[in-house]
Amino acid sequence: MAIHKVLGTETEYGIVVRGDPGFNPAVASSLVVNSYPGTRVKVQWSYEEESPGRDARGFGHDTYGLIDAEGAVVNSVLANGARLYVDHAHPEYSSPESYDPLEAVLYDKAGERVMHKAAVVASETSGRRVSLYKNNSDGKGNSYGAHENYLLSRETPFGDVIRYAIPFMVTRQIFTGAGKVGKENDRPDVDFQITQRADFFEEQVGLETTLKRPIINTRDEPHGDPAQYRRLHVIIGDANLSEVQMFLKLGTTALMLAALEDGAIPDPLDLSDPVEACWQVSHDLSLRRPIQLDGGGSATALELQARYLEWFAKYVEKELDEPVWNQLIEEWERTLSLLETEPMQLADTLDWVAKKRLFEGYVARDGLEWSNTKLRALDLQYHDVDPEKGLYNRLVARGAMRTLYTDQQVEDAVSTPPQRTRAYFRGRCVSEFAGSLVAANWDSLVFDVGGSHLKRVPMMEPLKGDAERVGALLDEAEDAADLLRRLEG
Amino acid sequence: MSDRERSKSRDESKDKPEETAEVTAESDTDLEALDDLLDEIDEVLEENAEEFVKNYVQKGGQ
Repeated sequence: MAIHKVLGTETEYGIVVRGDPGFNPAVASSLVVNSYPGTRVKVQWSYEEESPGRDARGFGHDTYGLIDAEGAVVNSVLANGARLYVDHAHPEYSSPESYDPLEAVLYDKAGERVMHKAAVVASETSGRRVSLYKNNSDGKGNSYGAHENYLLSRETPFGDVIRYAIPFMVTRQIFTGAGKVGKENDRPDVDFQITQRADFFEEQVGLETTLKRPIINTRDEPHGDPAQYRRLHVIIGDANLSEVQMFLKLGTTALMLAALEDGAIPDPLDLSDPVEACWQVSHDLSLRRPIQLDGGGSATALELQARYLEWFAKYVEKELDEPVWNQLIEEWERTLSLLETEPMQLADTLDWVAKKRLFEGYVARDGLEWSNTKLRALDLQYHDVDPEKGLYNRLVARGAMRTLYTDQQVEDAVSTPPQRTRAYFRGRCVSEFAGSLVAANWDSLVFDVGGSHLKRVPMMEPLKGDAERVGALLDEAEDAADLLRRLEG
Repeated sequence: MSDRERSKSRDESKDKPEETAEVTAESDTDLEALDDLLDEIDEVLEENAEEFVKNYVQKGGQ
């Protein structure tokens, strides 16, 4: 039986400081992260490393009077168990470990809320409007990531993961893309394409994430017991605003990996040239372009996804007969069927279709060429996390996008951790023992409770440290020292 | 193909008249909603699109 697919997302947000075109993105990102007003602990991330905070050094340009370059705090853990930090030139939110894809959507959406709250305060303190964008490209050849992470068994040969996952990643783009005006990275010209990221993928497999990006990233950093686990670090996806779409992206991928571990994928569906197919699928708005298969013949991305659906619907029936997976299969079926017959009917669930409808509306109403700058501006503004400015958010407010969570549920997820993973322990320690927490990582917390040594609590099992196991213990603990005594006892 | 054209070609493929009427009514509402939406977006659009797009540069990403 496949191991439980604990999962999470990490998103680098685009950043702009109004009225200061020469702004230093690293400084501005530090400002945003430092401005977050919610419950959090500023910590050293990863106790073993020298000092990850040093990345912020030497960016002297304009610090808005706020940041001491030496003491810049660029890492924090939030009350929901997430990590909020600066990754080079972007503020980044890494969601807490979630129990299933539905929950992962909630905590990814909570990240947008966290970023917005931080941007509001950053704008107030700097006296300039700081805007954040949940997208993956600046339209000028620079891309930044929205990564997904899935827990894998160490027993599954990584060669199999590569072989089976590549065709899946290439073809899932038809329902994971966030849409983009134009092309980048020397790909052929196109008015509009399905994804933000496809143009940037140049290899099948590799360790890189910033250049020559590979469809399958080989970073082996399990953030858990390395004897038992791997983590698949997926870098090929787009950042999604749509909740339903995010559920499809995370859910189908987790399901594919579970089926792979259980030997339930009958055919790897090897592609002749996955790298070419990657951008070709993204550029094909007709959804009819055949992809060459390695064993001869060809099939469209839709046809290949239909095969996965058929296999995995059976797999769910047999092995994963739970509401979340049944809901996923139903949504997946509906999506593939509408992509086949009437894709524009998915304007309320897929970001790329929502954008296409909007942009086509502008093209028709204002007689715009697709190369018009106004469309590029609209494209960027779709992703603004501000509820007033962000076009996706405006669509939601009008009832034009289907959502999975209420406003209140997302707000609650900003300060409450998932209940069924170790993020629960991390989040509650942030809320309740902030003063004693000095360092954190995905798989440990380090406390200073006086005495000559810091105390480290390892969390090598992603499903332990959950409410059921440690909830009562946390309720009873009077302070961090008491908590540690109880954990040892 | 615009929404209106699409619904037209879809209408032609239908053989039950009452269904055709229903589909057309729905798609008119869609178009009105889209017009409304564009009007609303006009209000919040970044004022200087050229400037906004030009200054949107994001280096150093993964």
